[in-house]
Amino acid sequence: MTTFAMPESIVLRWAQTPGMTELEPYRRAGGYEAARRVAAGELAPEAVIEALVASGLRGKGGAGFPTGQKWKFIPRQAPVTYVVVNGDEGEPCTFKDRTLLEGAPHLLIEGVLIAALTVGARKAYVYLRREFYRARRTLEAALEQARAAGLVGRGVFGSARDVEIVVHSGAGAYIAGEETALLESLEGRRALPRLRPPFPAQAGLYQRPTLLNNVETLCHVPVILTLGPERYKDYGPPALFSVSGHVVRPGVYEAPLGVKLRSLIFDYAGGLRPGRRFKAAFPGGSSSMPLVADHLDVPMDYDSLRVLGSMLGSAAVIVIDDSADMVEIIARTVEFYREESCGKCTPCREGTIWATQVLERILHGRGRPEDLALLEGIARGMTGTCFCPLGESVPPSLVASLRHFRDEYERYIAGATRGH
Amino acid sequence: MSGPPARPLGAEARAEIARLVGLYEHRQSALLPALFVAQREHGYLSPEALAGVAEALDLPVSEVASVASFYRLFYLKPVGRHVIQVCTNLACMLNGCAAVVRRFGERLGVASGETTADGRFTLRTVECLAACEEAPAVLVDEDRWARVTPGDIDRLLERYP
Ligand SMILES: Cc1cc2nc3c(=O)[nH]c(=O)nc-3n(C[C@H](O)[C@H](O)[C@H](O)COP(=O)(O)O)c2cc1C
Repeated sequence: MTTFAMPESIVLRWAQTPGMTELEPYRRAGGYEAARRVAAGELAPEAVIEALVASGLRGKGGAGFPTGQKWKFIPRQAPVTYVVVNGDEGEPCTFKDRTLLEGAPHLLIEGVLIAALTVGARKAYVYLRREFYRARRTLEAALEQARAAGLVGRGVFGSARDVEIVVHSGAGAYIAGEETALLESLEGRRALPRLRPPFPAQAGLYQRPTLLNNVETLCHVPVILTLGPERYKDYGPPALFSVSGHVVRPGVYEAPLGVKLRSLIFDYAGGLRPGRRFKAAFPGGSSSMPLVADHLDVPMDYDSLRVLGSMLGSAAVIVIDDSADMVEIIARTVEFYREESCGKCTPCREGTIWATQVLERILHGRGRPEDLALLEGIARGMTGTCFCPLGESVPPSLVASLRHFRDEYERYIAGATRGH
Repeated sequence: MSGPPARPLGAEARAEIARLVGLYEHRQSALLPALFVAQREHGYLSPEALAGVAEALDLPVSEVASVASFYRLFYLKPVGRHVIQVCTNLACMLNGCAAVVRRFGERLGVASGETTADGRFTLRTVECLAACEEAPAVLVDEDRWARVTPGDIDRLLERYP
């Protein structure tokens, strides 16, 4: 048996090194040096953006938008600009942002400072989901330390620049993680998505230009500036995978983008439980189409997964072994979207209710042979018709499960038919 | 009707809301945080609490109530002294949360969404808590409990008098 040596991590290691919640250990390890250089004008905004572009960094919140390009979109002469950090982390089975917040709050603060100094924002809001009690306490304590040391607030790093960072808490709504719904929520309203365009870069918080990034995305920024984009890229570039479900060692793993699904499961996460066989895995949260055994050697990167009709999303790998019932899993997933649908558009609101009813009926032994075609019809009706990606996440998984695990649906329905 | 007399928000809560308003360019941004302040003071968002927040932020009560009703963690009905949130999303489901939910229900004699007769606990099944490496995950008030099994539940409940 060959043993697998996990590659050295460059982002996650900050959260795995004890003591990094405190300012002094973080600074001693080289932390805040990149932000200091930006504040001192040693690194111009253009140079920061160039480095991000060269690094290939793409948004870690789910959409994978190139980060350097997003920063470039922010108009430079606006009177007021905001930075907003998406720490809603609502995509099922994603927990990398929480891991970073609890272990390396200063890394995020440094990323926020660099973002604010680069786009000319004096204020940044960190929107954390309410349930992140420990993460919020850790971040607030770190912010206090950074403020006391003059790194946050008035005249950061002794410069003439002010950057205030405010932690804001959500109140329990998955849709609030969608960037425009998050802005609505931050403005004190129901978290209903806005029509785009305009994009937040042009008209975001209070209709001001707003740079909105995910927690993990901003945690990569100081690392890129410290190592340089070339060395950063040599690490993969790195991505944080949240691996959960039927694996021996669930957890967050930093691996090169393009790592094989097989390696994530069997090398990083310790494999399946004894005697179990691989059945399926969601590669990027429950909004991504599940993969099956044929896909174990697919590289976990944006393009390879998109070609399959799935996506890297938030890189949350949910591993399912042969003990699981796929109809139950899909029913639970669709029910989640029903619960979390904001109700704004009809295909999502009604489609998720209807699909859940049919799936529940099948699970309870009252399924009819024509139900499978009905589910496919609902999925078709929700494809390309929803106002935002929430509803659009349902059809791919539903359709894939009907293709790969049709026999499981049919067994439920055959049992129901015999019983009558 | 009996019970305590209706009261608006206390001075401390109003001062806290005034501080929150100062953090934002628009005062309505303080609405969600202000609702949590009121909910902490009143135990839940009673009509008086909603009216108090509306007054403090100079917003229509209807707007405040509409926003409060949108989010899962605002309680428009009284809840127990302790709120138990049991995750039932995929990672927890694959790791046996159904048995945990069942055991909580049996021990407390309530279903999800209900409060025990003595007002001690409210039980809720919830969506992903983003603690999947610790599945099945349970949140009691602000404490996260990891890898909870049905056998842990008696000891866990004792911690919350
Ligand atoms: C329904 C829905 C939920 C989302 N939830 C989150 C979330 O919890 N956290 C997050 O960072 N992005 C989430 N996103 C993606 C955001 O809309 C946005 O793309 C992202 O925050 C941008 O930051 P990034 O470019 O750094 O990834 C969600 C999107 C949708 C459609």
